[in-house]
Amino acid sequence: MNNPSVGVLLSRVRVEEKLLLEALEARHVPTKVIDDREIVFALEKKPELGVDVVLERCIQHSRALYALWVLGVHGIPTVNTFEVADVCGNKLLTTMRLIRDGIPSPRTRLAFTPESALAAVEELGYPAVLKPIVGSWGRLISKVNDREAAESIVEHKDVLGTYIHSIYYVQEYVPKPGRDIRAFVVGDETIAAIYRYSDHWITNTARGGKATKCVVTPELNDLCVRAARAVGGGVVAIDILEGPEGPLVNEVNYTMEFRNSIDTTGVNIPDRVVDYVLTVAKNGGK
Amino acid sequence: MAKCPECDAEVNVGAEAVKGEVVSCPDCGAELEVTGTSPLALALAPEVEEDWGE
Repeated sequence: MNNPSVGVLLSRVRVEEKLLLEALEARHVPTKVIDDREIVFALEKKPELGVDVVLERCIQHSRALYALWVLGVHGIPTVNTFEVADVCGNKLLTTMRLIRDGIPSPRTRLAFTPESALAAVEELGYPAVLKPIVGSWGRLISKVNDREAAESIVEHKDVLGTYIHSIYYVQEYVPKPGRDIRAFVVGDETIAAIYRYSDHWITNTARGGKATKCVVTPELNDLCVRAARAVGGGVVAIDILEGPEGPLVNEVNYTMEFRNSIDTTGVNIPDRVVDYVLTVAKNGGK
Repeated sequence: MAKCPECDAEVNVGAEAVKGEVVSCPDCGAELEVTGTSPLALALAPEVEEDWGE
C-alpha cells in the first residue's frame, strides 16, 4: 500500500484537528473528514467509508467509544482502538490497568455509596480528591480538605448527579511542585513532554495552566511508554504527578490536545501522529 | 462574512476556516460553529456536554 487514505472522525474542528488535517494535506494523503453527527452505521455490514484507517478525533467520549467499537468489529483499523478509548475514557479502568502493570499511580479507592465514599476519604486522609470516572479538562474534580467539605461534595454527587456520579472514585492528593507533566506518546516513543504550571492545584492547560518544555529523559520515556502500553498503546498523552516519592501516572488521554505543546517542545506533534496513522494503515491495524 | 445568530453582528472568519470549526463572535462572544464555508454559514455551537474532552 503506497498511499493509504485516512478518515478523520470528528464533529468539532479544534486547533488540533486543523493541524492534523494540514499535516495530512502536506503529505498529499487522501483524507476524508467523517462528521460523527452525520454518520449512520448499518451494524450488520462493514461501513463503506472508503478509507484505509480512521483517526478518531471526536470531542465526545461516548461517540468515539461506540464508533470505534463498530469500526473495530468490522476490521477497519483505527487510531486509537476501542480498547484504548474504553480504558482511557474511564479513570477507574485506567487506574486498574496501571496497577496491573505495576506502574506507580496515586492511591485510589472505589466506593458505591455516600457512606462508604466518606469512609474511603477518611482512610486516605485529607486533602483527598474526588473525581468523576468519566470526564475531562479537570471538570468536576474536587479537592476536599476536611470532613465537612467531603460530606458536602458527596451529597451533591448523590443528589444532583447522574448514576455515574455515585460511582465514587477517591484519590489521595499528591502534593506537587506547582506543576505536573504532560507527555505525548506515539507508538513506542515519548515524542515530547511539557510541564504544566499553575497556581491552582488543577494544572490542565484547558484551565489556564502554562506550558514549558520538559526534557524527555530515558526514565520518563520508559514510564510513559509503559503507561501507554498498559492502556493498549497508540497515540496518548500521559499526565504525571511528581510526588515526594517519585513520579506517579495520574491519567492517560486518548484524544490528546497538543496546541500548546508544539512550539513549546519544538516537536511537530501532528506530523508524528500522521506518521503513526499511516503506519497503522499499512500494517492493517496491527 | 456572515451574521452572528446570537447578536446579528457581522462575523468574518477568514479564508482558512473549515466546516466544523468554532469561532467567537467579536461582538457578543458567543461560540459559533462554521456550518458552511461557501457561502459562509454560522450557527450557535453546541454547549459542552459531560463526556466532552480529550
